[in-house]
Amino acid sequence: MRSVKALAVAVLSLLSAYGVASAAEQPKQGGILRMYHRDSPGSPSIHEGATYSVNVPFMPVFNNLVIYNQTIAQNSMDDIVPDLADSWAWSSDNKTLTFKLHQGVQWHDGKPFTSADVKCTFDMLMGKSPQKFRQNPRKSWYEQVNDVTTNGDYEVSFNLKRPQPALLALLASGYTPIYPCHVSPAEMRIHPIGTGPFKFVEFKTNESIKLVRNENYFKKGLPHLDGIEFTIIPNRSTAILGFISGKFDMTFPTEVSIPLLKDVKSQDPTAICKVEPNNVSTNIIINSSAPPFDNIDIRRALALSLDRKAFIQIMFEGQADIGGTMEPAPQGLWAMPKEMLESIPGYGPDIEANRAEARKLMEKAGYGPNKHLQVKVSTRNIPVYRDPAVILIDQIKSIYIDAELDVVDTAQWFPKIARKDYALGLNLTGNAVDDPDQSFYENYSCGSERNYTNYCNKDIEKLFDQQSVETDVTKRKKLVWEIDKQLQEDVARPIIFHSRTGTCWKPYVKGVTVMVNSSYNGYRYEDVWLDK
Amino acid sequence: MFAYIVRRLALMLVTLIGISIIVFVLLRIVPGNIVDILFDAAGYVDPADKANLQRDLGLDQPIYVQYLHWIWGLLHGDLGYSYVSEKPALDEILPRIPITARLAGLALTFSASIGIPLGVLSAVRQGTRLDYVLRIVSLSGLSLPSFWLGLLILMASVSLFDSMPIFNPNPKTWGEAIAIYCVPAMAVGFRSAALTMRITRSSMLEVLRQDYIRTARAKGASERSVNFRHALKNAILPVITVIGIEAAFLIGGLIVTETVFNIPGVARFLVEALRWRDYPIVQNLVMLIALVVVLANFTVDMLYAVIDPRIRYTD
Repeated sequence: MRSVKALAVAVLSLLSAYGVASAAEQPKQGGILRMYHRDSPGSPSIHEGATYSVNVPFMPVFNNLVIYNQTIAQNSMDDIVPDLADSWAWSSDNKTLTFKLHQGVQWHDGKPFTSADVKCTFDMLMGKSPQKFRQNPRKSWYEQVNDVTTNGDYEVSFNLKRPQPALLALLASGYTPIYPCHVSPAEMRIHPIGTGPFKFVEFKTNESIKLVRNENYFKKGLPHLDGIEFTIIPNRSTAILGFISGKFDMTFPTEVSIPLLKDVKSQDPTAICKVEPNNVSTNIIINSSAPPFDNIDIRRALALSLDRKAFIQIMFEGQADIGGTMEPAPQGLWAMPKEMLESIPGYGPDIEANRAEARKLMEKAGYGPNKHLQVKVSTRNIPVYRDPAVILIDQIKSIYIDAELDVVDTAQWFPKIARKDYALGLNLTGNAVDDPDQSFYENYSCGSERNYTNYCNKDIEKLFDQQSVETDVTKRKKLVWEIDKQLQEDVARPIIFHSRTGTCWKPYVKGVTVMVNSSYNGYRYEDVWLDK
Repeated sequence: MFAYIVRRLALMLVTLIGISIIVFVLLRIVPGNIVDILFDAAGYVDPADKANLQRDLGLDQPIYVQYLHWIWGLLHGDLGYSYVSEKPALDEILPRIPITARLAGLALTFSASIGIPLGVLSAVRQGTRLDYVLRIVSLSGLSLPSFWLGLLILMASVSLFDSMPIFNPNPKTWGEAIAIYCVPAMAVGFRSAALTMRITRSSMLEVLRQDYIRTARAKGASERSVNFRHALKNAILPVITVIGIEAAFLIGGLIVTETVFNIPGVARFLVEALRWRDYPIVQNLVMLIALVVVLANFTVDMLYAVIDPRIRYTD
């Protein structure tokens, strides 16, 4: 009897605790979320942007057809949820993807949203519309889409040339909002109109961005905030001090480095900070079309010389990850198993043995203690590029390579490497979607503009297509691992590490989710609220 | 005098034309333009789209045509459109001018109002403890970079007052309004004040050794009258020259201070525009700065005649 009573008391106290917790976590309406922004974005038009500096402030203005669940940190196909589309279905041959659209949605200017807007958006993205974007960086995402057709005002279909299951992942990215037909791309660059939880108010270049709550948002009860204000502060120290002093409720996402994070925690112990990977790899780009790196032995020696743990220790105090092209597990969905990764030359734990092997390869190529190879390591003139480049120069000294740092102005960096005007470079590669289609085709496909190393392997290209059409995830994963392993063995673009960065917010900011396998998709902010 | 002023004005015009050519050509010699930046950073490059944008912005035209087009617009009050924001350049530049002008004005006022009296004090108390202290202060002012000083002020303000004086277009209190301008002005003006102090001191020391100062003292003039009426009036010319030059150099210090204190003024905007190769903004801003510098020099030259009647600008 006593034990029954005790159990009843325990259950009651648990229930009441749960009730208190639920009440405490009940979202409060109102308030302005104040954040700083790391720089002044080129324009508010997400489709014309190529940096998450555009996504962070302007994703709340829009909706996609579908979106990664904003409350789950890991983007995966299983967590794609309806946004402007209520439901979706693949045809039996996996070549048509049909969406049923939500009815009664209004654009911020009061006009109704229909399937025509979806068609317009993708026709523009595919370059089939008379209206053109000033720049269209993700046109290649839709290479397998034949056309987009509508069936009435609330149904739209994507007709593909061949099955591509990854299309849904691309559509769920923060990079894929739906634009209105009745607003020109030029107007969207100045005053964007969306259907999203927040309306655009103003964007003062170099100064601020203001958004205000959309009272007619089609998701009832959302958003919780009255608005969001971004103050543009390019100086990192000033921005962090602003957060510490309470001028801002939240830092710019994934912009707090590990050493700065320590400062934040020591000066504001109440701040909530999360350090997560963001699917950005730091890698070496090697121009294999010109001497001396047209010699595979020298490329292999270079890959063998890397002490990845030393990079991570120096730059991130141990808080970064070693991996191949795809983001490492458990955050990354497509990473090779550990034992497979460690079987790749240069990934083994015995650095000295790797370097001894590298020196043999260098000697075979005609270099040695008395004849060092002289090269320049080109990199972008910003710390996240420059710092690892300096460590790289130090490490390759051990294999008879004397390198000089060649820092390149940001405006010149991408043009320089796109025209292959470099021998050895240190680059950062960010992936908007944790899916092999985006990464492989963009960075390793023969003739791709972003294939800076000129790596071209027709056999592996076939494997790219094979994994891309594969609908069975387990089979696709195995193919992806094989491809990734092959890319590392071919020294296509040696991956040094996958970075981790921090985001901090004040304890009264609730509902923030930091995505762990992309820094482009988690900024709708409709679930964020202020507990004050 | 009239002929001199006309000659100076004509020279100013030639200087401005020269600057316009140099700025225009240099900007185009520097590798990369807005189209390269937009397209190459974006990853996917369609050469046709790139060519279209180049044509839309007029960057496909010969350089002299682009120059004449710009000058023609300038003469008609049309500064063109920002390549980045696509808004009229004038609309982008105008709201920022008062912010920077206020900051620069305050910095110069701070520099003169602190530098001159302390320089005089240091000279008349030469060799005393006060003189040594003031000389250390002035040396520190010359040695401390303004960005470092700015950051130090921000850190101190956060740790002492839990607040920081970064820019806010709508300050809530008078205190905040004063802080957001005065603190950065002091940070940037500290170096100028130090320089002014040193120049005033050395100039005063030279004048204080002159015969007419001894004569003034022999006549029984008060120490105050000797220092300020007789000595300072004659020692001020090099100080004015330095303040004039400092006004021109101030823009360099303002770039850093506007960045550290996050002030959306002209100087920071210029750096951002340069990063994007936003030619219409950079060209027009540099011309505006050049105009201010040329006018400051002209004003200093005119002040010589006003302050020192011995100086005559003869025809």
